[in-house]
Amino acid sequence: MKTRKIARGEFRRSANNDGTFGGLKDSVSHKPSGTAHKNEKYTINIKVNGQPYELKIGNKLDEVGPSHTLVYTLRETLGLTGTKVGCDQGACGACTVLMDGKAILSCMTLTVECDGKSITTVEGIEDTKTGELHPLQQAFIDNTAFQCGFCTPGIIMSSKALLDKNPSPTEQDVKQALAGHYCRCISHYLVIRAVMEAAGKRR
Amino acid sequence: MAEEYRHIGKATPRKDARDIVTGKAKYIDDIKLPKMLYGKVLRSPYPHANIKNIGTSKAGAYPGVKAVLTYKNAPEWKSGTPSHRRVLSKTVRFVGDAVALVAAETKEIAMEALELIDVEYERLPAVYDTEEAVKPDAPQLYSEFPGNVFSRGCRMFGLKTLQEIVMGDVERGFREADIIAEGTCAYENIPNPLPPEPPGVIAFWEGLNQLTIWGASQSASMLRFTAQPYLKLADVRGISTQCGGSYGTKQDSLVLLGYAAALAKATGRPVKMYYTKEEHFNAFTLRLGSRIHAKVGIKKDGTVTAVSGEWLINTGASSEMAQGQVAVGCGEAQLMLRCPNWNLQPKVVGTNRNPSGVVRGFGGQELKSALIPILTVAMEKADLDPVEFFKKNFVKAGDGYYWRDGNWWVYRGVDYSKTMEKGAEVFGWKDKWMGWYKPTAVDGMKRRGVGVGLHGNADVGEDESEAYVKLNPDSTAVLHACVSESGMGQRSSLCKMVAEVLNLPLDHVHITPPDTLVNPFDFGLAGSRGTYTIGSAVIEAAEDAKRKLFKLAAPILSAKPEDLETKDGLIYMRDNVEKAIPWRRATGLTRTCTGQGRFERDFSLSNFMMIYAEVEVDVGTGKAELIRIVAATDCGQIIDPFALEGQLHGSLGSAGIDTALFEESVLDKTTGHILSGNMMDYKWRTFLDLPEFQNVILETPIPSHRFKAIGVGEIATAPGPSAVLMAICNAIGRKITDYPVTPAKILKALGKI
Repeated sequence: MKTRKIARGEFRRSANNDGTFGGLKDSVSHKPSGTAHKNEKYTINIKVNGQPYELKIGNKLDEVGPSHTLVYTLRETLGLTGTKVGCDQGACGACTVLMDGKAILSCMTLTVECDGKSITTVEGIEDTKTGELHPLQQAFIDNTAFQCGFCTPGIIMSSKALLDKNPSPTEQDVKQALAGHYCRCISHYLVIRAVMEAAGKRR
Repeated sequence: MAEEYRHIGKATPRKDARDIVTGKAKYIDDIKLPKMLYGKVLRSPYPHANIKNIGTSKAGAYPGVKAVLTYKNAPEWKSGTPSHRRVLSKTVRFVGDAVALVAAETKEIAMEALELIDVEYERLPAVYDTEEAVKPDAPQLYSEFPGNVFSRGCRMFGLKTLQEIVMGDVERGFREADIIAEGTCAYENIPNPLPPEPPGVIAFWEGLNQLTIWGASQSASMLRFTAQPYLKLADVRGISTQCGGSYGTKQDSLVLLGYAAALAKATGRPVKMYYTKEEHFNAFTLRLGSRIHAKVGIKKDGTVTAVSGEWLINTGASSEMAQGQVAVGCGEAQLMLRCPNWNLQPKVVGTNRNPSGVVRGFGGQELKSALIPILTVAMEKADLDPVEFFKKNFVKAGDGYYWRDGNWWVYRGVDYSKTMEKGAEVFGWKDKWMGWYKPTAVDGMKRRGVGVGLHGNADVGEDESEAYVKLNPDSTAVLHACVSESGMGQRSSLCKMVAEVLNLPLDHVHITPPDTLVNPFDFGLAGSRGTYTIGSAVIEAAEDAKRKLFKLAAPILSAKPEDLETKDGLIYMRDNVEKAIPWRRATGLTRTCTGQGRFERDFSLSNFMMIYAEVEVDVGTGKAELIRIVAATDCGQIIDPFALEGQLHGSLGSAGIDTALFEESVLDKTTGHILSGNMMDYKWRTFLDLPEFQNVILETPIPSHRFKAIGVGEIATAPGPSAVLMAICNAIGRKITDYPVTPAKILKALGKI
C-alpha cells in the first residue's frame, strides 16, 4: 500500500500566517523546529486502519506536536472522527482504539509514542473486501446495543480486542473487558447480549 | 391482545444504527465549518465575587485571538426564569461562573489567551444552603430576587403556571386522619446527569439578524424557541447534530449558546463552544436540590386526607426553569396521591454553586425522592404495604388534578394497579416484604431489604406538535418532523408509524434532519411526548397524505377514495387486489402529495413506571449494593422493543437510581468548589456492577392513539431513588432521610460511628 504523506497544502486552516500554532511555538521547549529540520528522521510512521502514514513532528498544523494525543491526531490531523473524546482524562473509555491489537485509551497516549505502531479505529473494522460489517457491529445493530451512541465506538473496540483474544468469553469476561467504559444511557445489558451474540456467530 | 402490525412492536434496526457502529454519525465536535473559531471561557475561582478590574489587552493582542469579551462589552442578553443571568456579569456567583470569553483560531490559542486575562476580584460571602440563604442577613445573589427567592411563574407554561398545590381544607383533612406523620427529607446531592458527550454548540450569524445554531441538542426547536427571546428576537435556525446523550440537560444549552452567539457576533465568523468534561462537571446542569418539611394525614386504610408543607428547591446560582420543574412536580405529586386537601408551598432558592437545570424527571424526581420517605412514616404507622398504598392512591379515571398550566384536568387514562401487581408478582414482593424496617433476609453481616417507588407524568400530551408527510412518486415517503436523536430512537419509531399507516417497507420512509428551517413546529423530545404527542401528529399527517393520494387515484381506478388501500407503493381497491396502480400513476412523476398533522395539548393521560428494588447491606462496612431491579410499566403498545428496553434500563443512569447510593456532586462549603468534578471522583456504575434487571411491560390499549401507545418517555429514573432508600431502611431497620445513602450514613444510623 502506498504511504500517504501529509502535505501542508492539504490543510485548510492555519493559525498564524507562518502556519504555526500560535503560542505553542514558544511554549514547547523540547521540540525540533519545524522549519529548521526537514530531515526524515523527525517523522513518525504509523498505520491507521491498514493505511500507512508518515507524519512530521513539529508545530505546524499538519504536523504532530509533542503534546498531541493519539486521539487528537486521529480526529484533528487525520480527520477520523469516529473515535470520540469523552473526558480526555483516561476515565471514560470513549476514545478506545486498538494498538497492535490491544485496546488502549487514545486520549492518554501521545502520538510521538506511536512510531511503528498499527492503530485500528471503529472506521477500520469492516471487511474491506466485501464491505461487510464486523460481526460485532452487526450484532450491535441487531440488538440496538446503544442509545445515544457516543460511547459505542469505544465499546466496540474493546469488545473486538476481547473477542480477538478470547473468542468464547463468558458474560463475566465481557463485563470485565468493558468495565472502563462509561455508558450513561444504560445500554449495558443489550451490549452484553450483542457481544455474546457476535462471539457465538464467530465461533 | 394487541393488534398485529407490520412494523409497530417489531424489533427493527434503528435508522442511524449503521452510522453509529461505523463511527460515521456526526456529533457536534465532529463538525468543522470553514473559518470556524473556537470559544473558551475564563471561569471564576470564587463562589461569589465582584470583578473589580479586568484587563484583556494582552489576551486581545495574542496571535490568533479574534475576540475577548467581558461584562463590559458582552451583549445585554439575559437567560433564566425570569430572565436574570447575563452572558457575562460584573458579579460572579459560583466557582466556574463565566468571567470572560475568548474566540481564537484554535482551542489551544483560546486557552492560552485565557491565562493572559488579568482579573482582580472583590470577594463576597457565599451561601449554599436553602434555609441559610433565605435568612435576612444572608449574602444576596441578585438584587431583583430579595431573600434569594426566585419569583414565581414560568413564561413557557403560561400565566397561570402551577406554583403550589392548594386545594380543599388541610385542617379538616388532618382532623379526618387516623394517622398523622411529619418529617423532613432532603434529596440534595445535586447529582450530575453527565451525558458522555459534553455540551456543545456552533453559532454563526448571517444577514442582518439571522443566527444558525448547530447544537448537541435533544431538541432543535428548543434551540430556536428559547434562544429567540434570549437573543432579542433574532431569527434563529436551530439544527441538532447527533446528540451524545442529554437526559434533559442539552435541550437548548442556552448559556453556552449565548457565549457562542456573542463571540460569533463579535468576530463575524462561526464559533464553536464545546465544554471540557471539567466544565461539564463544574459549570453545566445539575439536578435541583430538594428539601421537604411536610405533614401527611392518612386513614388506616391508606386514604390520604391531607398533605401540607414547604418544598425548598435549591437551584444554585441561577434558575434555568426551576419554576417550570416545580409546576410539573406539583402536578405529578397529585397523580401519585389522590388527596382532596393540599397546601404544599414551593420556594425556589438561589445559592452560590453551579446552577441546576432541566433534567430527566423534571421536578417530579426531586419532589418524590423527598416526599415519599415522609409518606412512608405514615404508612409505617398504619402498617400498610407500600404497594397497596400506591395502588389505592395513584390517579384513577375521573380523578382531577391541577397540571403545570394551572388548569384542572380530569384523568381519562388507565388504572395502573395491574402494572403494579404484575411488577410485584415478577419481583416476588409478597415473599420479600416483611413489613416496615424489617429485612427480607439476614445472612451474617449481610441484610437484604426491598423497596418500591413510582412515577407518572401527564406530559405525554405536552404542548403542540406538527408534522408533514410527503409522498413521492417513487413510493417513498418523507416525514418532516423536528425530532432530534439523543438516544431514544424516536426518529426511527416515528418512521415506523408512517410506514405502518402507508403500509410501506421501513426503508422507504425517511425523516428530515432536525432543523427548524425545514420542519413544521414542534417542541421536540421534551417531557414524555415522543410517542403520544409527536406520534399523533405524525400519524395524522400520514393519514392525511394517504387520503390525498387516494383522491388522486380514485378516478383512475374508477373507485371511491374510501374503498382504496395501499401496500408497498401500490394502490388497489379493497375488494379487488388484482387491479393495482403504483403511486406514480396517481401522482404523476412531477407531483408530490403532502399530508399535514397537528396535535393539541392534552394533559388528561399519564404514563407510568414502578421500580421494585432489592438491596444488600453489609452492616459491618455499611456498604449497600443494588441486587435486583424490576421495572414495571404499561406503554399501551410497544413501538420498538429494544428502544423501550433501553429506555427502562436508563433508570440506572443519568442521575437516576444511583443517586440513592453513590452519585453526588460533593460541594466543599468552605470554598464553593465541587470536589467530585471529574470522572474518577464522581461515582458511576460500571459493567461490573450491574444488578439483575427485569422489565415488566404491559400493553393496555390507549384508545386515543392510532396504535394505542402512550410511551414511557422521561420517567424511568424518577421512581428509583426513593425505592432504594426504602429498601436500605428496611434492610437495616433504621430510618434514613437523605441521599445518597453512603456507608458512613448507614453506619451512623446503626449507631456504629
